[in-house]
Amino acid sequence: MMKKNWKAWLYLLPAIAFLGVFMVYPLVDVFVYSFEEGYNSASQTFWGTGLYNYSYVLHDPYFLQAVKNTFILVIITVPVSTGLALLISVGLNSIKPLRELYQTVFFLPYVTNTLAVGLVFMILFKKTAYSDGMINLLINFFGGQSVDFIEGPYWAKMLVMCIYTVWVVMPFKILILTSALASVPQSYYNAAKIDGTSKWRTFTRITLPMISPMIFYLVITGFIGAFKAYSDEVAIFGTNLNAAGMNTIVGYVYDMLYGDSGGYPSYASAAALILFAIVLTITVINLMISRKNVQY
Amino acid sequence: MKVVLQHLTKKFPSRSKKGEEVVAVSDFTFEIPDGKLIGLLGPSGCGKSTTLNLICGLEAPTSGHIFFGEDNVTRLPPENRGVGLVFQNYALYPHLTVRQNILFPLQNLKGSEKLSKQVMLEKAEEAARLVQIEKLMDRKPSELSGGQQQRVAIARALVKMPRVLLLDEPLSNLDARLRLQTREEIRRIQRETGITTIFVTHDQEEAMSISDLIVVMKEGVVHQIGKPQEVYDEPCNLFVAKFLGTPPINVFSGEVRGGVLYIGEDGVLNVKGVSDRKVYVGVRPEGFVLEAAGPLSCALQAVEVMGRDRSVVSTHPAAVSEAIRAIIPSEEEIGIGSDSVRFALKPAKVHLFDAASEERIPFEV
Amino acid sequence: MNYDKIEQAARRRDRVRRTITYLLLTLWALIVLFPFYWMLLTSVKSYSAYNGEYVPSFFTLSPTLQNYVDAFTTVNLARYFTNTIVFTLATTALMMVVIIFAAYAFARLDFPGKNLVFALFLSLMMIPSELVIITNFVTITNWGMRNTFWGLILPSVTSVFYIYLLKENFEQIPEELYKAAKVDGTSDLKYLFKVMLPISQPTVVTIVILKVIECWNSYVWPRLITDDEAYFLVSNGIQEIRENGFGRENIPAMMAAVVVISVPLIILFLVFHKKIMAGVSRGGTKG
Repeated sequence: MMKKNWKAWLYLLPAIAFLGVFMVYPLVDVFVYSFEEGYNSASQTFWGTGLYNYSYVLHDPYFLQAVKNTFILVIITVPVSTGLALLISVGLNSIKPLRELYQTVFFLPYVTNTLAVGLVFMILFKKTAYSDGMINLLINFFGGQSVDFIEGPYWAKMLVMCIYTVWVVMPFKILILTSALASVPQSYYNAAKIDGTSKWRTFTRITLPMISPMIFYLVITGFIGAFKAYSDEVAIFGTNLNAAGMNTIVGYVYDMLYGDSGGYPSYASAAALILFAIVLTITVINLMISRKNVQY
Repeated sequence: MKVVLQHLTKKFPSRSKKGEEVVAVSDFTFEIPDGKLIGLLGPSGCGKSTTLNLICGLEAPTSGHIFFGEDNVTRLPPENRGVGLVFQNYALYPHLTVRQNILFPLQNLKGSEKLSKQVMLEKAEEAARLVQIEKLMDRKPSELSGGQQQRVAIARALVKMPRVLLLDEPLSNLDARLRLQTREEIRRIQRETGITTIFVTHDQEEAMSISDLIVVMKEGVVHQIGKPQEVYDEPCNLFVAKFLGTPPINVFSGEVRGGVLYIGEDGVLNVKGVSDRKVYVGVRPEGFVLEAAGPLSCALQAVEVMGRDRSVVSTHPAAVSEAIRAIIPSEEEIGIGSDSVRFALKPAKVHLFDAASEERIPFEV
Repeated sequence: MNYDKIEQAARRRDRVRRTITYLLLTLWALIVLFPFYWMLLTSVKSYSAYNGEYVPSFFTLSPTLQNYVDAFTTVNLARYFTNTIVFTLATTALMMVVIIFAAYAFARLDFPGKNLVFALFLSLMMIPSELVIITNFVTITNWGMRNTFWGLILPSVTSVFYIYLLKENFEQIPEELYKAAKVDGTSDLKYLFKVMLPISQPTVVTIVILKVIECWNSYVWPRLITDDEAYFLVSNGIQEIRENGFGRENIPAMMAAVVVISVPLIILFLVFHKKIMAGVSRGGTKG
């Protein structure tokens, strides 16, 4: 028996070692960093402990801008993408021919490099000296004015950001919702049909309650994912997000850590922990709401 | 409301690309009289569920017509037909209470048919009373037993007072004891409401016990329609004879020569008016009579005691079925220790079927 | 009641509904596919033709492969590409070893404290990577592993989620098989590799594919840990190309690079789309 125990720990050793070094230790360390004031990464010294790092971060206009950007992004993209995905999934579920083809196409963005496709979005929206870009020409065609979406006004940049984020998160949501819809037994729909239930009523009274656990799952993961937005922003606006005024909280963390403005792991830790607190709060609120509304 | 099916046919495209299309229901013609309870009976895949779906409108027939009374409803969407359907798995909405489930169909009514809340609640109560579930109204389906769920499903189907009530394998999800109870319940509800009711089952006993008329189907073709006893006593072919009755009918291969029926070398019965030919002989288990000088000699295998009756299991070289099962009243003596047993046959319980066509051949004794 | 009318109305409603559904789905399909079409199209337009178009045209009559040549010669695309392949293969292979052994221990072996350790593992699933990346950055820097493959690979060779997935799968293998193997004198390790892994092959393949996708697209960690172009992965390469490559905004060449980077995963997806979609719906999330 002793030999067996010894063997089991041997099998687990690599996993425990890696998780210990790269998950558990950092988790403790990030708290330590966040309270060490004036930490110098070169000399690895600090001159005090306290809440200064948090106070610095919370007063940093770049951080506040990042928080604002992140919140706008979350509030717009989560409902829009969930609603749109629901609409598309219901459509997908109601057809037979070509269904698999559509499903496959819709999933394509999931496997693509978001940095690479972000570049394509950038040139579609960008206004240059040579051309106003595809999207602007479309706007002109409908009688609108050209806008520089990449380096222009804040709302335009935010719009591109939201559009691209929705484009990126849709595949996962469509996939989850189509399989949730497909798992609602056909006999419920047949029963509703025989009772003469209108399509709308069938949807709101039968379909929605039946898939509500999955919708809440998507909303919760959607919130978490959107709060962590970063690389999609880099894809569209480049690495210097502060200059573009489009930084996100995660982006702020990385900028504090490394790069032109980097070298401040303490500020980065404080910002990361603030983000974690925000996400945790929102998730708990979400769970409380879903507990009330998901009925079975 | 009488239901008329005229040359009803449903074909499905084949699954494989080259194959022929599948005929689920073939040329079904039948007039179901008003207020009767009809059992659609057949082995799985015989087209009985498809027939049900055609009647309620979930599927459209390839050809043929369906009338409810004088109305041609063939192409009508289900909600305009006025049917109630009870699903095999009940299809109760899990997130709604029993009351909400029963109210659901009423809340769909629009325009002039729209009911006030008070009327709806009364109707739901009434339906619940009919199936005796008034006490369960505020529970969720997951808190009910299988039998109770079944009743809720029936109440939901009845609450709009449909012109036709359809039940898909209503008893298959219940255990044996509940099954007996529930089938009586269905009979009672049908009598009380007088709604023309059609139910689908693969269990012949179930169909026989409560139906006014049964329809026996196989591979999309209707083989026989009639009162249960008539179909049992006068099956039109070997399939129907074999499908009805427990224990099942015993089948021998035999021959008619000069007005006498031979099983092996034993002349067992006079059959007037039957020309000489090879036949299948079907003998119901209750058609055997123990007789010391009986014409049919079988090798005795076992005697099973069943209380009121005894079941004598024996073999015969000409038998198509592996064992012959005869039901004998308990009082009768069986020569224990002997290894053979002799039977005489009751002519009314013996059916002849043409060996080629398997159609029944009528005969006089 | 006029039955003909009801019937006709119902059929008309159905047709309208179906048409709208297909229109909607096609519209979204176009939105999804258009960027891909645009990158492909732009990548075969010549530099002068692209810059000469004030109104971009939706097709080109004189496709050229010059941009692809540029993409490989002007910038170090081949380098980024091989780096990514090495990184992806090494990370995935190492991770498979780690998680297979861990899942095996949890599923097959009994030892004191197993449930506690497993619960601790599961609780680690809730830790966002943003929180631990800061210390990892410092750790790897202190170990002198910046701008090395080891620095890129090491932090991502374990995944609690995949250990969990594989363990669940291992546990579904009937106990009888293990007993039968024991009776035949099969060693534990042999049983793992000859019986458990082949039976769990679908799950293993799913995990490999998902990990490959994750590696191929990873951006944040490589960006933090490499500033030497010799160790750039494709995502960083793309960013580098965008900011410093090709001189005067050579968008067609940029698009050629984007196509080259996107193609491997798209091929992988087209071949395995059923497996990938099933795997993702079993619990993957983006990011």
